[in-house]
Order: sequence, then C-alpha cells, then structure tokens
Amino acid sequence: MNVLVFMVPLALALGLTALLAFLWSLRNGQYEDVEGSAVRILSNEDIDVHGHS
Amino acid sequence: MAQAADFRHFVRLHEGGLCELELAIEAMGRAVSLEAVERAVRALPGVVFARLNLSSLRLTVRWREQDLSVEAILDALPEIGCSAHPMAGEGPEDEEARQAKWLLACLAVAGFAAMNIMLLSVSVWAGNVTDITPETRDFFHWLSGLIALPAAAYAGQPFFRSAIASLRARSMTMDVPISVGILLALGMSVVETAGHAEHAYFDSAAMLLFFLLCGRYLDLAMRRRTRSVAANLAALRAEVAQRLDEAGEPVAVPVAAIRPGDRVLVKPGERIPVDGIVLSGRSEIDEGLVTGETQRRVVGPGAEVHCGALSHEGALTVRVNAAGEQTLLADIERLLDKATLGRSRYVRLADRAARLYSPVVHVTALATALVWLAAGASLHDALVVAISVLIITCPCALALAVPAVQVVAAGALFRSGVLLNAPDAIERLAEVDTVILDKTGTLTLPAGAVANAGEVEPEMLALAARLASTSHHPLAAAFTGMGPKGELVPGARETTGQGVSAEIDGVPARLGTAEFCSAEVEAAAARRLDPQASLIAFAYGDRRVVFRVRQALREDAPETVARLAEAGLDVRVLSGDLEAPVQQAADALGLARWQASCKPAGKIAEVEALQREGRSVLMVGDGINDAPALAAARASLSPISASAIAQSKADAVFLGDKLAPVAAAVEIARSARHLMMQNLWLAVLYNAIAVPLAVAGLVTPLVAATAMSGSSMLVTLNALRARSAPNKVRA
Repeated sequence: MNVLVFMVPLALALGLTALLAFLWSLRNGQYEDVEGSAVRILSNEDIDVHGHS
Repeated sequence: MAQAADFRHFVRLHEGGLCELELAIEAMGRAVSLEAVERAVRALPGVVFARLNLSSLRLTVRWREQDLSVEAILDALPEIGCSAHPMAGEGPEDEEARQAKWLLACLAVAGFAAMNIMLLSVSVWAGNVTDITPETRDFFHWLSGLIALPAAAYAGQPFFRSAIASLRARSMTMDVPISVGILLALGMSVVETAGHAEHAYFDSAAMLLFFLLCGRYLDLAMRRRTRSVAANLAALRAEVAQRLDEAGEPVAVPVAAIRPGDRVLVKPGERIPVDGIVLSGRSEIDEGLVTGETQRRVVGPGAEVHCGALSHEGALTVRVNAAGEQTLLADIERLLDKATLGRSRYVRLADRAARLYSPVVHVTALATALVWLAAGASLHDALVVAISVLIITCPCALALAVPAVQVVAAGALFRSGVLLNAPDAIERLAEVDTVILDKTGTLTLPAGAVANAGEVEPEMLALAARLASTSHHPLAAAFTGMGPKGELVPGARETTGQGVSAEIDGVPARLGTAEFCSAEVEAAAARRLDPQASLIAFAYGDRRVVFRVRQALREDAPETVARLAEAGLDVRVLSGDLEAPVQQAADALGLARWQASCKPAGKIAEVEALQREGRSVLMVGDGINDAPALAAARASLSPISASAIAQSKADAVFLGDKLAPVAAAVEIARSARHLMMQNLWLAVLYNAIAVPLAVAGLVTPLVAATAMSGSSMLVTLNALRARSAPNKVRA
C-alpha cells in the first residue's frame, strides 16, 4: 500500500484545521481592532471584566 | 454651561434592555490611552460594557438606562484628556465591515486552496519529467479537484455574483471574463482528470482567485479606512441645534433629529444649523458658506436663512422649512439632479479595457479551436488548446492593473490629507485640465484672520489670543496660533453674544464686542478704516485694542495656484461674492480669469460651457451654491469645512488649513493614471507573448502558473511606485 494515500490527506487535514481556526477568529471579531489588541495584551484589566469577546 | 441636551437620537437599544452608544474619541494633546478611557467609563454607575477600538478611535458603551445619562459619559472623558462625540448608528460602514469580513474569509479559503494545490501540482510536474506512476498522478489530480471545486464555489462568489449582475445589466466588466476563465479551467480539469490526462489546471484556477481576491480586499480596506476617518470627523464637528420645545425652552439636539416645522434658536456667533424662515429676532448674518458673499446681510422676521450661515449680532428664532418649499435649496436640488446625470456616463478605465478585452480573447480562443480542427486535431485536443488560451489570458494582470494602483494612490492621497469619496475619482482627477476655485471658504479660510495683527503691541496680541482660545465664538478662531502655546486662562467665563472675561495675572481682561469691552471709540475708528471687517475688542486693565478680522487667503494659496499652473492647468476663480473682494483675491494669486457674483446656476453653466469646449474641469468649492457645479464637473474637491451638501457631491474632501492638498491630489492622480496605463500595457505585452504560445498548444499548467503569477507580481510591484508620488510632490 502506498504511504501517500493517508499521508497527503493527513497533511491537508492539518492545513484545513488552520484554515478553520482562522475563519473562527475572523468570525469572532479578532481582526476588528488590531492596534487595540497590541495594547490590550499588556493590560490586566480584562481579567475581572465580563462582556469581553 | 448647564444646558438641556437631547442625545436620544444617537442611542440604540441593545439586547437585555441596555442602551448602546458609539462615540468618536478625539485625543486632546497626548495619544489616547486605551486603559484610561475604558477604566474611566467603566467606573461610571450603570455601565456594563465599554470597549475602545484603537484602530478606528471609536468607543462603544452599553449601560442600564435608569442609572446613567449620556451627558455623564461625555463629561467623564475630558478629565482624562480626550473628548467624545456621539455618532449616528448603522451606516454604510457596517455593511462594508460585513463585506470586508466576507472577502477576508474568501481570501483565506482561496489562499489555502492555492497553496495546497500548488504543492500537489509541483509534485506532478516534477513527476512528469521523472517517474510518477499514472495512478499517483490521478490521485493527486483528484485531490486537487477535491480542494479546488468547493474552494472556488465559496471564494469565487464575489466574482460570480458581480459577473451575473453585470450580464443582467447588459454591461461588460472584468468579472465576466474572470468567471468564464475560472469555470472553464475547473470544468476542463475535471474532464481531463477523468480521462487520466497528464495535465490539469486546478492550480491555475485557485491561484487566480487568490491574486484577484487580494486586490479586491485591499481596495475595500482602503475605502473603509477613509470612510471611518471621515465619519469620525463628521462626529467631531458635532452639529447640534437648539430646538425650542413646547414651553419655549431650548434643548440641544443633533441636527439629524430636527424635523420640518421645528423651531430652532440661533444665538449670536452660532452657525444657523437648518434652512428656514426667521420667526423673530434680528441679526446680521454672514452667508459665506451659502452664497460665497462676504458682505453681511441683515435679516429680520420673514427672511429666508440657510444652513451654514453665521449669525453675528442678535439671537434668531428660525422655523425649519418643510420639504418642497420654494427655497434656494430646492433650486439647488433641481440643478443637482440634472448635473449628476451627466457624470454617470463616465466609464472607468478598467471597464473600458474589459469591453475591448473580452471579445478579442473569446474570438481568439474560438479561432484557435477551429484552426486546430482544420489542421486535423481531434475535437478534444482542439478544445483543450482553446481553453488553455482562455486560462492563460484570464485577466489576472489586467484585473490587478488598475485596482493595485488605486489602492496605493488612495493611500498616498490619504497621507496628503485627501479623503476619497468616489472610487473612480483618481481616474477623473487625472484627466482635468482646468481648475475652477471658489473664493470664500476655499481660497480663503472659513474662520478669517486678524488683519491688523502687525499694528498691535505683541504683548496685547498674545494676551488676546490666550483669552480667545477659551471662547467658542467662530470669530475667536481668527486668533489661532497667535498666542503662546499651552498657557490656558483659568476661570475664563463666556457670556454668549458678548465675549469672554477673565483675570490674567490679576488684571481684568475682556475680549468680545466693543460694548462688552467698553471700546466704542476705538471701534468706531476701526469701522471707518475698514467697513467690511468684523471687529473684536480687547480690554486689559485700562488698555483697549480693536482687532479687525477679515477673510484671509489660505497661507499657501499663492504657491498652490502657481503649482497648479505649472502642472499645465488653467486656473480660474468663480465666486458668488462681490466684484471687489474677488478681484483682490485674484490679483493676489496672479490669476487673470475670474468671475464674481455667480449664482449657483451661473456656476454650473460656466462649468458645462467649459466642458462642452472639450475641457475637463476640476471644481473646488465649499458652499451650498457650489454643490451643483461640484456635481457637474469632471472631478471635484471640497475642504473639510464645507457645507454638508457640497461635501456629499465632491469626489474627495481635503483636510487642514492649507490648499496644498488640491495640487497634491491632481499630481498623485496623474502619476497614478500614468502607472495604470503602464500596467495595462504590461498586461497587453504579457498577453502578446503568452497567447501565441497558448495558440500553438505549448502551454502546460507549469507554464501557465509561472506566466500568470509572474505578470501579476510585475503589475503589483509597478503599482507600488505610486507610493513615492507624494515625495515628488513635496520636493
């Protein structure tokens, strides 16, 4: 049996996972304020704040 | 100033009974600190959600209605060094945000497909010249198809939809040949794969989609950025009107919430926010923004007044006009309808190229198939060659040629302070050969300037400027930049319609009307010297000074006009103002052609006459009276201080107190158009080389992939040269 038959689809599945992760983050609004995110990562305020999406 | 205000117009209802408000945030001095803003707003009682978007400088706040008022939110922000301005909800921006998200998702899918298919394709190409087994090749082709077909079905939608729409409208855009090319490439590849052939073109289709979506996404992103800045600026201008309620009490409401029949109070020194009839009161009004006249007009009960006029002396009560009444604005609307028709006939460069391109390519493909058949090839082979012609000519480079330059040039314009309204403005701006400038508010600054600054003691001028910085009166803006920076006057009090008073270094100081400063004698002398100027008196202890404020040319107007003339443009002035001030301005700028006392119909007639002579006119104007001419001209620009109707008709709006963006806009647009033409020729050259190869049947998927990506890269890199245009402009 040729090893390609499952190795190639496996590689594709991995790539597809990354694509789905990107689409999820896009739908989640993570690209709406890229400058804000750069500042926010240094802030501790979001720990006790709800409504954070 | 404890005044009733009504912000209900801006507040939206959010789920769970919460109120939601969007605010444009403006930093005063330092950069906005995200943490400080959010902390300050969240500390307010009743606020459940506050999030600042640092890219667009918008703050979204949600709160429980009973616990908090909008004013409290607005008041909380100046304490931490920024000001907030409510924004109107749901606009075209939200629709574009959704579209950008969708395009980005399409781009990701196309990118994933292109990369993975290319991986499989390279293996096949390498195997074809070595020792790949037909079974492995078929397996790789089927896998490619399995990725390409769903990916194209999803990521190709932006093109398919627009192609169908343009076919329905019986017009030809670039999306039609793109869609045809992609669909044929996919269809042929499926048939070929089923027939165990050596070549499949799945990679070409996926790569094409990826490149084209890149161009399309960048185009939209640029437009969104411009629009978001423009919307913030509109919110900062915060047009508020004092509406009188049933009891006759004034309540501040956003202009958008004013309805016909409402009564509005206009205090001295305010701009009239609506069109209407004066019910009571008497005032002198400055209609520079309406008709371009600098001579003031005295109005009393029964007089018609227009949005944008500045009321100087007395308070007015104005009844808002209902739609359809016989007003100046109704005349202008009628002229506008006619003018807008003329412009819609303009066909964009890319669409003109598409009209030429598709028949040529489709006929070539058909001819190729017939010639191969005649030469004795099988129907299958002839079709494969014909389709490969279509794939290799699929207008990847051609479709990127114009938008790539457009994106880069729009960025360059943005940095020069020009915000584009119309997507095809760059092409039209590049074609102009005549510039018509309006005088009032365009060549001159809307605020006016102190004419006798040189004759006054510098110390008094600096003190007056410090005091002026605390005033909201439009005339006070004339002192901007004349005082020492950052020295504020604590405890300054403004008396509406009179002036500001404060103690500076223990000495009582007053700035305002002659009566307010008890400087009637000096004022009378100044009035004799210059009857047209507006007077501002300043009292400091027992010393009295009267400043004469009058319209002044924008600082860099002479050099900008010289720059425009140097670029080979015929520059003229067309103003609604009286002859003397127009002639004065034209002389100062060294312009021989000028026309004064133009009515809106006169302006549009002049523009149309010039365009009938075969000229392309760039109209630059700000007044309500300029709006029809702005719409009729080949291209148009407005300063950011322009009336709303002028701005909405202009192709682009320029920021700041300088006129230089006008020259920069023309120069950037010209160099952009030059690059667009260059790119189109590059695309033609590419086709001239690639098509004979395809017709001869020499194009394998490997050749197609190299040629298509190569030409797309070349065109994109060439477009990046539009970035350097503003540097050349400054030099």
